[in-house]
Amino acid sequence: MTKVVIQDLLDRFNLELLTGEAGVQREIFMSDISRPGIELTGYFKYYPKDRLQLFGKTELSFLEELTTEQKKDRFLKLCAEETPALIITRGQEVPTEMMEAAQAAGVPILRSPHKTTRVISRITNFLEAKFAPFTAVHGVLVDIYGIGILITGQSGVGKSETALELVKRGHRLVADDSVEIRQEDYDTLIGNSPTLIEHLLEIRGLGIINVMTLFGAGAVRSHKKISIVMNLETWDQSKQYDRVGLDEETMKIMDVDVPKMTVPVRPGRNLAVIIEVAAMNYRLKRMGVNAAEEFSQRLTKMIENGQDVGGDSTNGNM
Amino acid sequence: MAEKTMTITDETGVHARPATILVNKAGGFKSDIQLAYNGKSVNLKSIMGVMSLGIPQGAEITITAEGDDADEAVNTIAATIKSEGLGE
Repeated sequence: MTKVVIQDLLDRFNLELLTGEAGVQREIFMSDISRPGIELTGYFKYYPKDRLQLFGKTELSFLEELTTEQKKDRFLKLCAEETPALIITRGQEVPTEMMEAAQAAGVPILRSPHKTTRVISRITNFLEAKFAPFTAVHGVLVDIYGIGILITGQSGVGKSETALELVKRGHRLVADDSVEIRQEDYDTLIGNSPTLIEHLLEIRGLGIINVMTLFGAGAVRSHKKISIVMNLETWDQSKQYDRVGLDEETMKIMDVDVPKMTVPVRPGRNLAVIIEVAAMNYRLKRMGVNAAEEFSQRLTKMIENGQDVGGDSTNGNM
Repeated sequence: MAEKTMTITDETGVHARPATILVNKAGGFKSDIQLAYNGKSVNLKSIMGVMSLGIPQGAEITITAEGDDADEAVNTIAATIKSEGLGE
């Protein structure tokens, strides 16, 4: 599980740290953000103290209605031990009571010049991405004509070599050998390379090569949505491989089912071309053109018509 | 399924050369062998995977194997780590 601290927010966003320098290592536990409107009225029964607390214009203008004593009491309760930080939006002035309470509790106060809803959505997106479920998969991730293809298979089956050939043909490498995958939303998988081996490819006999310095910045990309899994395996005579393409196999990565194809490897089989075509075929299918299905329909028609024309005889070839 | 936890003692950590030795050893087995460190798990037959972990001195690593020769694989790799002075 990734650990997110206040410092990460400061690094990522244009936020001003007003107090609580000692608290920048405070951990953020969840992506939910609280706007403590009801708490300011004195109702703390369900106060989500472990969330970031955001003060927009409404919250701060309500505060002006309160007496100094009330303000002190509310901020004392708001600055709980677990509270990661208080955030003020629209570049508003910090009330003195808030500043004092935060200083006493060591809770940082951050200020953003932007609108409240904008700040909420940007911080939520950032935190959701950070807290997204995460896994690492052995495989190579490439971007072919804009389709992210995860090539998997046993060690030594030729994943990296295929990726090299694809890069040479103008496609892009995302990650070799180890792909870090995080799930965004409920249906999207985003893959990227571990930082240490970014842009690198390991080719047996050559060693480690840097794809970006060799082929240029256009040959790599930092992350990509995974649309297809392509499993390479050594050709097994006894195994049945898909011959028509009517059935769609899937592979489950975290909660997402990704279309999966199993491609047998044999010397002389040009895998790069097969993967390129798989990517194009996938795009065609998304545009509504399914070659296998169309063929199947044509075949059905032919068989039905043939029977109509030929009656009960075997003379059905129109 | 076999499992073993070890601590890296080599001061350079699991660097490129020792990683190569481990990966080559792992490649000789049929089992699926995984190396876990810091909540991440990678295939021990993949050199880039192992190096991507950036395992430093003092790190606690876990080797797991699943398959027909799982026990033998874990024992051999653990022995290699010891004999290379990489960890204990």
